[in-house]
Amino acid sequence: MAFGAVTVLVLVLLGLREPAAAGAKSAIGSLFLPLFGVVGSGQELVGRAGNALTSRARLVQEIAELRRANDQLRLQAVQAAEASRENERLRALLGWSKSGAWAGKAAKVIGRDPSAWWRTLRIDLGERDGVRPNQPVVTPEGLVGRVGAVGRTTSEVVLVGDPKCRVSVCVRETGEVGVLSASSSGVLDHRLVDLTHLPRNTGLRPGQMVLTGGVGGVFPAGLPVGTIVDHRSVGYGLYTEARVRLLVDTAKIQEVMVLLL
Amino acid sequence: MNWLGTILLLGTAFCGVFAEAVFDSPRRWLGAQINYLPPLMVYAALTASVWQVAAIAVCGGLWVDSLSGNPLGVSVLPLLGAGLVLHRRRELLLRHLPYAQFVIGTLATGGVTLLTLVLLLTLGERPLLGWGTLWQGAMIAVAGGLLTPFMFWMLGALTGLFSYQSAAGVSFRLDREIKRGRY
Repeated sequence: MAFGAVTVLVLVLLGLREPAAAGAKSAIGSLFLPLFGVVGSGQELVGRAGNALTSRARLVQEIAELRRANDQLRLQAVQAAEASRENERLRALLGWSKSGAWAGKAAKVIGRDPSAWWRTLRIDLGERDGVRPNQPVVTPEGLVGRVGAVGRTTSEVVLVGDPKCRVSVCVRETGEVGVLSASSSGVLDHRLVDLTHLPRNTGLRPGQMVLTGGVGGVFPAGLPVGTIVDHRSVGYGLYTEARVRLLVDTAKIQEVMVLLL
Repeated sequence: MNWLGTILLLGTAFCGVFAEAVFDSPRRWLGAQINYLPPLMVYAALTASVWQVAAIAVCGGLWVDSLSGNPLGVSVLPLLGAGLVLHRRRELLLRHLPYAQFVIGTLATGGVTLLTLVLLLTLGERPLLGWGTLWQGAMIAVAGGLLTPFMFWMLGALTGLFSYQSAAGVSFRLDREIKRGRY
């Protein structure tokens, strides 16, 4: 009887449509919010205690380093602003549409996927913060993934390397376009993914940079993703596949940025 | 086990699922995350009622699915299946021996992992699989096996705190027996 009742319940749940299933998942997952909050506060306390123990000499040294970095970044910002103005002028001359600006929102990673066969994260931003499904998630190093199911206060991030996250990319040096997808060699090394749909005669070399291609409407063009590791011929020599090492180590990241496009 | 026992089991399941989502160290060391639910299910199946087994399968399965990329409900049936099989055969199992607990825990954890994957593939999902999955499965199963005796010890101690103490031994002693008849 217990088995029958549970089986019926499971069949009903598995038969739910995507939005209803996502809503149910979000509602059940929200039970963990207080515990996520407690762990977040604990980490903050530990961080503050660590700050209190940092020596004055080290802090002075860090301030000096940050000032130097700030000066360099200011200079780069001035150059970037000038380049942006020039870009706008040229676009206006050619009659091209203006490319949209990226607005990012920082989020903390509060949980990771418990199962071994998916690559997802949970972040502390949700619907009330303006997060929507399929928005790109990045770090300063490069692309992390895209937003999956969105709850009111938390969201799921589907990482690059998960079977549900495919990214249109191009190789910066050769201009070749392909699709990044999950790799079977990425089961144990989460930073390895496959670059598929490449032409037969490819000029790929290890170390070349892979960027988002901007095709598909989810990820903007030009976000760094990874570097080429190696490539091989597949489909009786008709196509080429490459392995790409992701720039972002998703096992270590604690903070990410959601691009509110 | 009373209602307090049920709360204890469900609370342990809740904390276990939360720990899986928050503490990522086992994945870095072993290449796979520890699954706390099968060892708990082994304990419940060998000590609790069938309704408590069902409650852990439903609540634990839904909790773990809500924090993972699994479709909601997919972890429930493998847990329930393992729990019911053990519950039906529990009189035949040497459940008080840590070695037996380790073996049962390893088999149950491995079986639950395998059944979940089979169910996912049956539903048309495409989980991340490769040769490394064998290593992950082995690590998850062994970790589950090692965790099972610990689960018996911990939950046994906690249950003992909240229940009546067992009666003291009888005062009968062999050397004080009065024997009658001819010697």
